Amino acid sequence: MSVEVEANKKVIVFQLKNEEYAVPVEQVSFIERMEPITRVPRVASFVKGVINLRGVVTPIIDVRNRFGMPESEHTDATRIIIIQFDEMEVGLIVDAANDVIDIPINIIESAPEIVGSSNVDYIEGVAKLDDRLLLLLNIQKVLTPEDMNEIKQVES
Amino acid sequence: MDTSQYLDVFIEESADHLEVLYKQLLELEKHPEEKAVIEEIFRAAHTLKGMAATMGYTDLSDVTHHLENVFDNIRYNKISVHPSMVDVLFETVDYLNEIVEDISSGGEGKRNVTTILAKLETLNQEDVMPVKDPSEEVASTILSTNELSHIEEIDEFELTILKESMERGFSNYEIHVELSEDCLLKGARVFMVFEVLEQLGEVIKSQPPVHELEEEQFDHTFTVLYVSKQSKEEIEKRIHKVSEIVHVEVHPFSVIDYTAKKHEAEDQALKLEENKQEETKKLDPTQSKKSISRKTIRVNIERLDILMNLFEELVIDRGRLETISSELDHADLRETVERMTRVSGDLQNIILTMRMVPIDQVFNRFPRMIRQLARDLHKNVEVEIIGADTELDRTVIDEIGDPLVHLIRNAMDHGIEVPEQRIKNGKSEQGTITLEAYHSGNYVIIEISDDGAGIHKEKVLASAIEKGVVKQEEAHLLNDQQVYELIMASGFSTSETISEVSGRGVGLDVVKNTIETLGGSISIDASPGKGSTFSIQLPLTLSIISVLLVELQKEKYAIPLSSIIETAVIHTKDIYSAHHQKVIDFRGHVVPLVFLQSVFEVSKTEGTSEEYISVVIVKKGDKLAGLVVDSFIGQQEVVLKSLGAYLTNTYAISGATILGDGEVALIIDGNALIK
Repeated sequence: MSVEVEANKKVIVFQLKNEEYAVPVEQVSFIERMEPITRVPRVASFVKGVINLRGVVTPIIDVRNRFGMPESEHTDATRIIIIQFDEMEVGLIVDAANDVIDIPINIIESAPEIVGSSNVDYIEGVAKLDDRLLLLLNIQKVLTPEDMNEIKQVES
Repeated sequence: MDTSQYLDVFIEESADHLEVLYKQLLELEKHPEEKAVIEEIFRAAHTLKGMAATMGYTDLSDVTHHLENVFDNIRYNKISVHPSMVDVLFETVDYLNEIVEDISSGGEGKRNVTTILAKLETLNQEDVMPVKDPSEEVASTILSTNELSHIEEIDEFELTILKESMERGFSNYEIHVELSEDCLLKGARVFMVFEVLEQLGEVIKSQPPVHELEEEQFDHTFTVLYVSKQSKEEIEKRIHKVSEIVHVEVHPFSVIDYTAKKHEAEDQALKLEENKQEETKKLDPTQSKKSISRKTIRVNIERLDILMNLFEELVIDRGRLETISSELDHADLRETVERMTRVSGDLQNIILTMRMVPIDQVFNRFPRMIRQLARDLHKNVEVEIIGADTELDRTVIDEIGDPLVHLIRNAMDHGIEVPEQRIKNGKSEQGTITLEAYHSGNYVIIEISDDGAGIHKEKVLASAIEKGVVKQEEAHLLNDQQVYELIMASGFSTSETISEVSGRGVGLDVVKNTIETLGGSISIDASPGKGSTFSIQLPLTLSIISVLLVELQKEKYAIPLSSIIETAVIHTKDIYSAHHQKVIDFRGHVVPLVFLQSVFEVSKTEGTSEEYISVVIVKKGDKLAGLVVDSFIGQQEVVLKSLGAYLTNTYAISGATILGDGEVALIIDGNALIK
């Protein structure tokens, strides 16, 4: 019998519109309900501001805005996923977060390149699981878009 | 052995030991004969060697081992201390420092150590004093090779036994046994060695003591004093039969020599013993600083931050409770809440003082920096440090180092004259730089003074006019103080030649800016020919500051009180327009207005044009600006928090704070708003 230890990747799945995205569970430190956000002036438009996360001032970004989707009204299902990354904590506003699943690593494919679509670098891979399609995010790319500096420069 | 868990401790303690080395080397340079200093260095080097060897950093332990040897030779007067030697020693410690830094930044602590080892080796070879008596030589070589484990103290009783046994025809030996490094059952090996010895004679004393040996509290070597009728060779042979023994040395032990030596070095031994005792006590390196001998423990700074955060949560809840109790008007509840408020107030004080560290942490690296600079500049400079135990918040300590370095470099380069010049001016050849720190109210004052040339007022003025820092016609209006302060204006640098030391393209204006960002201020006093003093005033803590809370529409912002001059309510008809810029006349000054609503892009509700506007007058240096806000909320003590690593470079926002209702308010950086 062959030893079948399938390497799995544990991810947190969240929802934006009708798409499902996944981030590695190691990078997620909390999932919070919506909280009042204090706006920080003159930063990139997807940075919504900061919240008080148990005494730590934590920046919050709106993933819809970041991904070029229209921002939506916050509902009861809206969550803030607190990402721990590179010694910094950042919260992501998502429509809903309700799943932790294991994805076998061998079903993860690289992101399909579609002719004509704008070049997004923050999608690391795609996994088809039963009838769900999960988009695996590269958090670093999500948080620090290459054009961020430009955005800042223009705004200041 | 997995040593990674000890790495942090190792790095911290090594840094402490290196600090001791540096400090004591400076002492040694001044007092080359001082035994206590030499002992201290020896101990620091020895401990460092032991730690490095345990952690497997061979290069580090090699170098320290050689360093240790040098001091061992100094200790026993085999070589004497001279200036060029101190240089090599400094170089060695710098080298060790590099290795430790490499380790702490994740490196393996590997360095090419051959040159430095060779240098140290030459030191050891140098002027070895003529040895009078061959037997003494034997004794001293034993001492130097088996340093740690040679028998140091023999009491009267043991001496009597040794003497008696000699009279009865027994021989006294000092036996040095080295176990192999990977020996697992050290205790068992010791036991076997002892058993062999007991068969042939009698063990008088062992170093370390027998109980420590049994508990394996020793490295790999131990030494025993032994009485036997057997020959030296026979004993060696027998001991070698025990396995895992690497090395055995048997030397005849002479009681007469020992007593002679003991008398000769009686006070030295006393000191050594003191040091030994200290060493056992010295689990916490902060205790090793003789001036501060309190009981302390090391706490990770992160934990203190967490504690602080948790406490702030508590303060927020306390605020809520206070509101609730005043609404309910319940006597017992009110009493309890009041008590809680008092207790948490005390708690706040304690937590804040826990974060205070002595400024020595910054000061202690300066003597060595100044020494190096003095040599580079061919100047003769002495450092005097006063008030090194003055405490201030860790956050301030972290920030103040660089500005101080800059000021010291400045004093070294421009202040202190070269020795020839000093003599010509009728001053002592050696210049002095004094660093002094003391508390004054809620502030800490740090003064850096030198007894150098002072500041040449005319030269400063001429240069300032030339560079356009002041206008010719304004120049004569300035008083001395104002002229001195010109050297910290941006675009100014008096140095005629760009020098390696202080002319690095950044001027004193950077220093001034840094200090002002910390909520402090700097002033200069000087008298020509006598020297100059830079005086820095800093808040005790940066984590709690007083702010004025203001409102812009529904958003709340905080302005640090330290930058506010005053607040004013101004009628709109008093606003003038001066070339696209709204200004007001404020106590005879024309002050530009900054409309925060538009700067911060606050979404406007309908533009109800009000008759009066609220203005906060803030300063940056001697420049003023009026920040226009919607309304003042009031003054408050708040806890300063950073916006996190993700949001750096925010415009005109220096941080955030959490208000009583749990909401986050941003703190305005007035400096960024004033051009």
